[in-house]
Parts: sequence; structure tokens; C-alpha cells
Amino acid sequence: MLGKLAWDAIPWEQPLPLLSAAFVGLIIAGVIVWVVLAGRLPYVWREWITSVDHKRIGVMYILLALVMLLRGFSDALMMRTQQALAFNAPGFLPPEHYNQIFSAHGTIMIFFVAMPFVVGLMNYVVPLQLGVRDVAFPTLNSVGFWLTASGALLVNVSLVVGEFARTGWLAFPPLSELKYSPGVGVDYYLWSLQISGIGTLIGGVNLVTTILKTRAPGMRYTRMPIFCWTALASNLLIVASFPILTATLAMLLLDRYLDFHFFTNELGGNPMMFMNLIWLWGHPEVYILVLPAFGVYSEVVPTFSGKALFGYRSMVIATMAICVLSFTVWLHHFFTMGAGGDVNGVFGVASMLIAIPTGVKVFNWLFTMYRGRVRFSTSMHWAIGFMVTFVIGGMTGVLQAVPTADFLVHNSLFLVAHFHNVIIGSVLFGAFAGYTFWFPKAFGFSLDERLGKAAFWCWLLGFYFAFMPLYAVGLEGMTRRLQHYDQPQWHPWLLVALGGALLIFCGIILQITQLVVSIRSRESRRDLTGDVWDARSLEWATASPPPLFNFAVVPNVKTDEPYWGTKQKARELLRLEPEPEYEPIEVPRNSPTGFITAFFAVLVGFALIWHIWWLAGVGLVGAYATFVAFAWRDKVESVISAEEVARIDRPNRAARSLALEELAA
Amino acid sequence: MSAAAATFTPGFVAPAVSREATGHGDAGPAPKRVVAGFGFWIFLLSDIVMFSAFFASYAVLAGAVAGGPSAAALSDPNVVALETACLLLSSFCCGMASLAVEARKQALTQLALLATGLLGFAFLLLELREFAGLVAQGAGPSRSASLSSFFALVGCHGAHVTVGLLWIGTMMAQFYAKGFRADILRRYLCFSLFWHALDIVWVAIFSLVYLMGAHV
Amino acid sequence: MNDDALSAIGDIAPGHDYEAGQDIAARARSYLIGLGLAVVLTAASFWAAQTHLIYAPGVSAALVTLAIAQMGIHLVFFLHITTAPDNTNNVLALAFGVLFVGFVVLGSIWIMAHLNHMTMTMDQLMRMQ
Repeated sequence: MLGKLAWDAIPWEQPLPLLSAAFVGLIIAGVIVWVVLAGRLPYVWREWITSVDHKRIGVMYILLALVMLLRGFSDALMMRTQQALAFNAPGFLPPEHYNQIFSAHGTIMIFFVAMPFVVGLMNYVVPLQLGVRDVAFPTLNSVGFWLTASGALLVNVSLVVGEFARTGWLAFPPLSELKYSPGVGVDYYLWSLQISGIGTLIGGVNLVTTILKTRAPGMRYTRMPIFCWTALASNLLIVASFPILTATLAMLLLDRYLDFHFFTNELGGNPMMFMNLIWLWGHPEVYILVLPAFGVYSEVVPTFSGKALFGYRSMVIATMAICVLSFTVWLHHFFTMGAGGDVNGVFGVASMLIAIPTGVKVFNWLFTMYRGRVRFSTSMHWAIGFMVTFVIGGMTGVLQAVPTADFLVHNSLFLVAHFHNVIIGSVLFGAFAGYTFWFPKAFGFSLDERLGKAAFWCWLLGFYFAFMPLYAVGLEGMTRRLQHYDQPQWHPWLLVALGGALLIFCGIILQITQLVVSIRSRESRRDLTGDVWDARSLEWATASPPPLFNFAVVPNVKTDEPYWGTKQKARELLRLEPEPEYEPIEVPRNSPTGFITAFFAVLVGFALIWHIWWLAGVGLVGAYATFVAFAWRDKVESVISAEEVARIDRPNRAARSLALEELAA
Repeated sequence: MSAAAATFTPGFVAPAVSREATGHGDAGPAPKRVVAGFGFWIFLLSDIVMFSAFFASYAVLAGAVAGGPSAAALSDPNVVALETACLLLSSFCCGMASLAVEARKQALTQLALLATGLLGFAFLLLELREFAGLVAQGAGPSRSASLSSFFALVGCHGAHVTVGLLWIGTMMAQFYAKGFRADILRRYLCFSLFWHALDIVWVAIFSLVYLMGAHV
Repeated sequence: MNDDALSAIGDIAPGHDYEAGQDIAARARSYLIGLGLAVVLTAASFWAAQTHLIYAPGVSAALVTLAIAQMGIHLVFFLHITTAPDNTNNVLALAFGVLFVGFVVLGSIWIMAHLNHMTMTMDQLMRMQ
């Protein structure tokens, strides 16, 4: 009736997961109760849960990422503590537990922190930068978000009902096959990634179509902001690579559920094929993460240097080159698996080639800053921190691109240090830079700069203290994922690494404080004109936060950096253009489709994990019924009248005129 | 346009939608039909990439028969020919249905869609019989990696056909209940792309898996 | 402006067989031609697989060629993907997809062939003698 599910699925005798689950459960329950008691449930349902507005969805993605960052980081703290303690000692985490923690850490950080963060930023900013009202498929956008959240939910449920995978974040067979992982852990991993993978693919299709087919009139490809170019490249990679992940995980699921033999040791299975396929996805994945971060820097650096981006054309070419090349290097993740010199050599050269367009980008940012009027805002701190940190990480990457060198450091902590170096240095710093940069646009008030800078320094110093020792200890021979060790020379490095992790923890505390303090003092830090940084692209032409329809009148773009040109003209003439002729605007209606689909997805996932077949069937029927109900809608849009548009737009025009008057005075 | 507005060079004035050539994106957001069709085309390409992963697995594992039979050796070329004929004719009927939809003829649309669906269903039945036969001979997916990859690849295609049949049913119901409304036409455009693409994938399957497999 | 008018001047949706001025009969003929060609090519494939008239090692190449030809027929006659200027985006997307399919399939075959060869177990090696 209930498949494999029984009361012993809950870890009664393990205090740590039980207590943390209880703690989190209480917080969630508390938030829900507070929302309901404050009478805000209708608002939350109408304005957020059923919203199909790309701005709301973008914010929810980032909120998901930030919350999951806390979970992923707690895993990291536990790992660092364990390794600092476990020199000739058992530490405090038994191996079965430690293995689940490093697996969950990687899975959560890549799939439920980094991905949602960059996808959220792209969702929020791209339509605004393109001068349009929303993405190409708004309701589908909502479905994509809620499916991602469903995957995150399933991973978190594994903490308290059952267990998580103990295989590392990529679940290599044969360890991940049924024979060696008979529990539900790998199934939790597989189903939550399949579900969120569909969400990601939906988002990818959406943004590619938006960028290629829905831009403001006059917005030629060569007039798009670089952030949109990197978003295009990243989403093309999503569309091309996530299907491979889906297929590969499906093959593993077939092995586990229906006794197939893709990757088993017996009857002809080939575990090496899994590595090949999963890295065919895995390498483009990291470029999916890094390209939007590069896009963020391409927006932040020109804005805070007071200059247009240096080398627009080369930036575009470099971006698209990285997009294509990222599909040609995947074997460098398994040089040591034994393909031989010919194959290794080809992929080694390809891996070094891909450093060239990346270098072009770094030089372009540096040349943008050169002879500019640089303002060292918090976002600029993150950008400069990125430039130093990422270059170091990139260099250790090129080092490992040499197959013979990689044979020495593969799967050591040198590798671990490298990929944290590049991902934290580029993706996370870029995410924080983007978060700080666009926060005022999204919420109408800016974040406290002092706390932001303090958080940055804690993160930067914390990062170096946490990961530079790992390079050293990797070169001294320490393998990754060790629950305990007996080499005395590793111990001091690992203690320093724990110190770094604690510094990062301080950074996170400061970021949380920054958010609380900024919200409390928001009246004093209001963004009145919508252009708080004196920026250059179209999103800054809207109010902060932008109205539902983004632009009262869709802009007609005639040059690069259209907003900057208009602004300079307005400053010269000390007045705005005349008020436009307002027209009624059609906006898509809200829809619970996304949320309901997610509900059924969680149901199906949970049922399949615990082998409750009838429940899975019910869920699938429910999901199909939801689609049909959505397809059957008659009224899909509502109209905002011209008077309403005028009423919403005029205050922003007034605020900008006021700013111009103050300029004149 | 007022003279004052004309003095502003760039920026945004009330748009006069320009009619420049496509590819430069100067005309503003494309019409909904183009957006829906293109978006679905991109999704289809991602689906093709997914099939290619299964194809790659088959290519690598086809020889790993673990001392047992290969699916291609056990297949009956007549059955494969029949399956191919069903799917090809089904694609053709789908094309006829597209014409009927263009001409806004309800009865013809329903008939053509019914034919499309029945032929697709016939394909599925033949395939299920084939699978059952293989399993009965001890050549099921658990027998070897080669058979696993065969069943997964061909089964994935069959699963897509099944989803397509559900979609045909839904389209028939929608045309009947709501007529030839713009959003239903867009949905039908997406369906026809899907159905034709499935036939393209089948071309690869019968050529490379069945015919080449039996020959080599 | 409705969809139809706008599409007459801008991009074409993939699969949209809307050529201004073409009547239903002409379009039906196009589908019939496509069907006819596909039937011929399919029959050719089945024949090539079991005939002795083709040099045996060349049969695989023949099958691949015929398969690509059939896919082309489908793309042109059923999916209406052409090289007309308003179809550029659709063709580019297809090319992109084909490129990645190439990386996945050919790359995997090349790599796995090398891996299998280099990591053969002792009894596999012995069986090769």
C-alpha cells in the first residue's frame, strides 16, 4: 500500500538530522502561520505563487537560491569541521553520514543555489533589457520555477524521511546501482534532479525564444546588452545539454527500477559510459553557470566605470566561442579513466583553447575600467574580487588541462580547490554583484553599502583562507571526500581551512544583517527615479520596482545603450521627452498551473522513490489533467486601460523631471 | 510627432513598427504564432539531443550481448516495414489535417486527426507486440546491456508516440469544443512539428538500429 | 494586427506552410510528393539491407545516406524548413542541434572505443588472441 515507506524511514536515532529538520520545520511552519494570521495569504497567493510575471518569478528563484545556500553552506561547515577534527580520530560524523553530507552539499550548491541564482537574475533582467513586457511564455515560466522548487523540496525531505545518496554529487555507477546503493538515497537524488531538470529545460527554451524572437523594435542583435548575449549563450547550452542529463539519469533509473544493464558490472554494462555522458552534460553546465555571471560583470563594470564596455564585438564573439567550445572539452573530467594519449591530448588542447576567449573577456573588463571614473560600490568590489580570484582559479584549471599533470592531482583536494575557486570566484561573486546591483530595481530601495562591503571582505578573505590551503594539501596527496586521515602534515592546512569557512560564515551573517537593516531603513534609501546607479541599459528607464507591464510604451531602439543616450540628451535639454500616447496593455493572467504541476511532481517523485506505484499513477494523471485544464482556458489575458497605464507611469516621469530640475539648479 | 520629439536622436518614442528584414530583429516582438512555433522548435531540438544520448548509448553498447542475442538479429524486417509504413502514413495524414485546419473544415480535420491517431496507435501495438515477443524469448532488457540500450532507445520513441496520441485526443476535443481559435491553432502547429519530428527519429531508428543491426 | 498579416512580412514559424498565394491543392501536392519520395527512399533502405548487389561493407554507408535523405524530405516537405531568408532562425537552430548531436554521438563512440580498448580485462585480452 505504501511501498517501502515505513516509520523507520525517519532517523529517530540520529539526533543531528532530526534536530535540524525539526528546526527548519518550525521556521517554515512559523512563516506560514505568520502569513496567514497577518491576513496576507490572498496577497501571497495572488501576487507571488500564481504570478506569471518574470520579475516575481526571478525574485522567487533568487530567494530559493539564498535559502538553499544556507543548507549547502551548513553542509560545508560540517565537512570542514569533520576534516579539521578527524586527524587520527573519528571526528563527529560517521562515514555513512559524511558521505551523504558531501553528496548533498554538491547537489544542492550546483542545482539549487547556483542554477536558480543565475536563472533568477536572467529571468528578472533580460526582458527589461530587451525592452519587452515579459518572457515569451509567461505561464510556462512559472511552471519551470515551481518544478525547480519541487526538486529542492524533495532533496530536503530526504533529510528527514529516508536518506540521501552517498555517491557524491554525480552518483557514479557502479556505486549508484541498486546492488551497492540499495536504499532510497540515490532515488531521491535521481528523481529530484529529473523534476528540476525539466524545470530548467523549460526556462532554457523560454529565454532562448525571448531573446531571439521578442525584442523591442530596433533592438538588433548588435544592440543587445552583453548580459542578454551571455544569457542567450547560457540558455542555448541549457537546451543542448540538459537533455543529456535527463537521458543519463533515466538510464540509471532504468537500471535501478527495471533491472536494465546500462552501467552495471555484469551482463555487458559499462560504467565508463556513465562518466562520458554525465560529463557531456557536466561541462556545459559549468559554462551555463559562469556565462551569466560574466554578463553581470559586463553590466556592473561599465556602470561603475562611467564608460561604455570596451570591445563589445569581441565580447560577443568570445561569448559565442565559449558557448560552442564548452561542448568540446568534457573528457578533461576523466583523463585518468584511460582513454589513452591520443584522446587525452585532443581534449587537453581543447581545454586550453577555451581559456582564450575567457582571457579576452577579462582584458575587456580591465580596459573598460582603464581611464574610467571608477566608483567602488559594493557590486564593483565583487567584480574586482572576481577578476583576481577567477584568474587564479582559471590558471589552476589550465594546469589541470595538461593530462600528465592531471594524472597527479585528479580527485585530490587540488581539484576541489580549483573548482571552488572558479565557481565561487565567478558564479557566486557574480550572483552577489548582480543581487546588489539589481536589488534597488526590484524592490525600490538599495541595500546598505557598508554592510555589503564588510560582507564582501569576509567572503573574500574567508574564501582564500578556506581554499588556498586545499591547493597545498592536494599537492601533498590528500584525496577528496576523506572522512578521516592520518597524515600529520595535512592537519594544520585543514585547520586554517576551517577558519576560512568560519570567516565566510561571518560574511553570510553580515549579508543577512544587511538585508534586515536595509528593509528596516528602506524609507531613507528609496530609489525615487528608478536609476540609482546612473546606469546605461533599458531596465533603468523603468520605475523601481517596474510596473507589471515594465514599459508604458514599448521603446523604439535606435542606438546602442539606448537609455544612456536618452538620458544624456535629457540632461542636456533639462527635460524629458513629451508624455507618450498611452494605450491599453494586455497582460497574461495569473495561473495556479505552475504550483499545481509542482504539487503533482512532488507527489510523483516521492511515490516513485518509495515504490508507491498507485500514488505515482494518481500524480501523473493529475499532472496531465492540470495541463488539459490550462489548455482549456478561455480568458488568458486581462487588459490594463490606457488611463491606468498613465496613472502608473506619471509619478515616475514626475520623479525624473524633479531630478532634472535639481540638476539644473 | 511633435517637432520637439524629433530633436531627440535615440531613445524611445511611440513606436512605428519598422518592417526591416528579419534576422536583424528590427520589427519588434514577433507574432504569437512565430514565437510559439519557434519555442517549440527549440524544445524539439532539445528532445533530439536527448534521443542522441540514447543513440550514443546504443552505439556503444550494441555489441555487449553478454553471450545472448541482439535485438536486431531477432527482429522481423516485415514487422519493421509495417511499423515504418504506419508512421509515415500517419505523418502524411497529419499533413492533411494541417490543410484541413487551414481550410477551417471541422469534419475533415477530425477525420484526418483520427486517421493520424489510429495509424500511430497501430504502430504502438505492433511495437508492443514486438517487445512482448522479445521478452518471451528471454531477450528482454535485463538480459544484456545491448538489449537494455535497444529497449530504452526504441521505448523512448514509443513513449513519445504515446504522449503524441494523448495530444491528438486533446486536439480533437479542443477543435470540436472551441473551433479554430488562434491559441488552438498555435497548439496544433506545435503538435504537427512534434509528430513529424517523431517520424524523423524513427527514420534513424529503423535505419541504424534495425536494418544496420541485422545486416552487420 | 493579426498574426497572419504580421507573419506575411516577418519571420515564419517553423512548420508554417504559409506561402502567400499558394492554394490548398498546391500544398496538398507538396505533401504527396514528400510522401512519395519518402516511400521510395524507405523501400530503398529495406532493399539495400538485404540485397547482395551492394558491396557488403558499403551497405552501412548506403543506409546512413538514405536515412539522411529521408530526414531531408521530412524537413522540407512536411516541416517546411527551407533556406528562405525568413526561415534563417529555424535553420540556424537546426544546425546548432545537428552540431551538438554530432558531438554527443560521434564523440561518445570515439571516446568509448578508446576506453574499451585501453581498459580491457585480462580475459577479454585472452579472448582476442
